[in-house]
Amino acid sequence: MSIESNEEFRPKIVAFCCNWCSYAGADLAGSSRLSYPADVKIIRVPCSCRVNPMFILRAFEKGADGVILCGCHPGDCHYTTGNYYARRRMTLLFSMLDFIGVENGRTRVEWVSAAEGVKFSQTMNEFVEKVRSLGKNVRLEDLRCRN
Amino acid sequence: MYKIAKENLQTLYREIAKNQELFLPEKVGEQVNFAPYREELETDLTVLKTVKSPKDVFFPQSENLYTCVEKDRKITIKPEKLQEQKFVVFGMRPCDVKGVQVLDKVFLADPVDTFYAARREHGTIVSLACGEPEETCFCKVFGVDCTEPETAAEGLVDVAAWFVEDTLYLKAVTEKGTALLEAVKDVLTEAENTDEAKVEAQKETVRAIVEKLPYTHLSLEGWNGDDMMERFNSPVWEELYHPCLACGTCTFVCPTCQCYDIKDYDTGHGIQRYRCWDSCMYSDFTMMAHGNNRNSQMQRFRQRFMHKLVYFPANNNGMYSCVGCGRCVEKCPSSLNIVKVIKAFEKQGGAKE
Amino acid sequence: MQELIERAKELLGDGTVVRVLGWKAGDLPYNPEPAYFENEEDLKDFVYNGFCGANLSKYMIEASKKEGKTLVFLKPCDTYSFNQLLKEHRVDRDKAYIIGVGCKGKLDIEKIKAQGIKGIQKITGAEISDECEMLTVETLYGEKSVSYKDAMLGRCHTCKGKEHKIFDEEIGESKDTKDADRFAEIEKIEAMSPAEKFAFFQKELSKCIRCNACRNVCPACSCRKCVFDSDKFDSAQKANVDSFEEKMFHIIRAFHVAGRCTDCGECSRVCPQGIPLHLFNRKFIKDIDDFYGEYQAGEDAVSPMPLTSYTTEDVEPSIVGERG
Repeated sequence: MSIESNEEFRPKIVAFCCNWCSYAGADLAGSSRLSYPADVKIIRVPCSCRVNPMFILRAFEKGADGVILCGCHPGDCHYTTGNYYARRRMTLLFSMLDFIGVENGRTRVEWVSAAEGVKFSQTMNEFVEKVRSLGKNVRLEDLRCRN
Repeated sequence: MYKIAKENLQTLYREIAKNQELFLPEKVGEQVNFAPYREELETDLTVLKTVKSPKDVFFPQSENLYTCVEKDRKITIKPEKLQEQKFVVFGMRPCDVKGVQVLDKVFLADPVDTFYAARREHGTIVSLACGEPEETCFCKVFGVDCTEPETAAEGLVDVAAWFVEDTLYLKAVTEKGTALLEAVKDVLTEAENTDEAKVEAQKETVRAIVEKLPYTHLSLEGWNGDDMMERFNSPVWEELYHPCLACGTCTFVCPTCQCYDIKDYDTGHGIQRYRCWDSCMYSDFTMMAHGNNRNSQMQRFRQRFMHKLVYFPANNNGMYSCVGCGRCVEKCPSSLNIVKVIKAFEKQGGAKE
Repeated sequence: MQELIERAKELLGDGTVVRVLGWKAGDLPYNPEPAYFENEEDLKDFVYNGFCGANLSKYMIEASKKEGKTLVFLKPCDTYSFNQLLKEHRVDRDKAYIIGVGCKGKLDIEKIKAQGIKGIQKITGAEISDECEMLTVETLYGEKSVSYKDAMLGRCHTCKGKEHKIFDEEIGESKDTKDADRFAEIEKIEAMSPAEKFAFFQKELSKCIRCNACRNVCPACSCRKCVFDSDKFDSAQKANVDSFEEKMFHIIRAFHVAGRCTDCGECSRVCPQGIPLHLFNRKFIKDIDDFYGEYQAGEDAVSPMPLTSYTTEDVEPSIVGERG
């Protein structure tokens, strides 16, 4: 990775990762020495369906430029069906955010298993790049959090 | 008295806004609310009731009190600045100015609310007389003459204004008002005697209409605070409150509601302490550690009207904290309002039939 | 209207019901309020006309906790809400005697006033027995007439139909008022660029005064304690500090009722600032229809709800970006 200059925009990314697959996937990425930008802040959740739409909005409010949710592959949920519900919820929420003018590229769902360290690192690199191209999130940010 | 033609009003606004901030009724969609002047602002001076009353020019719906910032393990506290610049509120209706008088009783009494006091000190009020009162108006019940802004609230109106046909007439009432008109004199014309007569004639017409309004002759008998306990314990409340949805519409559009809550907002690296309007209709109004002292909607509903019609006058020499603007009459989603409450007691004398 | 009163008297008289939930005449021509009537004497104030827009299903949550049966008058669109509440076990079917009343479109006084009409003394043409084509408004400033259609609530232009979805008996006729496509407004916004969309919602939502009328009137918002009333979060209900708070409130509120909202339009009716809040709900309805198949909340009281069910073949969230 090249050393970034101060001027370059470095997006803040929040990644919600489920405890059973994606968090372990992130772990594997780390222990396999795969790189992904340090701007990704991981929040571990018991299951992807634990992520309330308010979590996503809160992350944006407090200054995140992009939010990604990672969970077990459909069919592989530790709690059997959690990610199916999460899938519906996130589809609708992202569609709503798109509807009110928040660029769709700022939100993403990716299914990452515990064995997919490579996928985790790739996904994060792609996502960060995408959000970087969109620039700073100003539409969902709470201005009070700025100073 | 000065006058200015309607088509030249933009020039007047621009002239005032050169030196100080100017608040005007702004039309967005079908709604009119007071907003700071901008070149492209669409004003509407004919509307009687802006959705929110102009009280938020003096007492904003939400205002910061101070900010704590945490940096390098040190906390610094920055108090919010008080209003230092002069500003003008243009087009407040007489009932709304009376509303400010009610707020004064609360915020300027000891201990003085410095945020409010600073705004009152720097604000100049241009009050516009009403031309076409509506069926929801009942300001006369509370002693407001909507044709005479200067008498509506003694000493609060700096400039009184009347719209007659397509001309706006302006009359300075206080020193602040004289200074304001003096500063923009170039765009105004001196009014003549015939003009004064025109204004007088309109006042007569409007007063005659006011007499015909359905709520004008509402009786406030029994609401002065003397029979407080009797009112409080009346079974009428139990019947009245049912349609109430417990929303805060009536409180937030009201020109005299003055309750606020103080809250902290976590910015991630500090705290912003702000205050915002509160509503006695809300379940967490005056919530304390032990819980809530009004725990049913009937009690909350009763509180609102008892406060306006009984407690406030009892504490303020008979001054009601309702000015008869009629906003709650227009806006309540369940069509409840203070008039229905007053009438219910009038009809039943406080006792169930 | 007389027919409704007579029937209510009968049902009260023979002990079928102990109270009647309907509308009581107001003190102005256009402000009837939802009310309970407990005897024949009370019923003299009963009214049912074009201004009875309030959806009484919401009040049935309270009424279900009371002793005895309540007679409730529901318009066709209100019955969807009742069904939905029934599905969620928020109302008790055994405690309700439902009379489905006819509806010829409900009126919005704001729309009448927006036409420059003030000083209203009397309005004729709004009775349920009238043709409901023209309204005559007597005002202090002369007589005006308004077409009924132009004075109708926005929701009636996209009416879901004349059929009552749940009832014990039906009284009165309804009229077709639908003259617009339900999703036309949504499609118009979807076609905008992100910046335009944002500007549109920013303008609308910045009017919000956080009075909570939309939430409190909503039959789907039946939680005992709302997350926005909780003092445990900083999602405080009252503040109107920053543009964000309102977005948060309205998006989350719409999300919480997604799949349960029957599109009754009460939120837009009661908003004192005239914010088209139904757009949020309709967007969710449209997406649910597109992604998971046509679904109308409140159509019945048993079918599974879209957000509490799933299929293994559901679309991935990336569809939002892909469909462009």
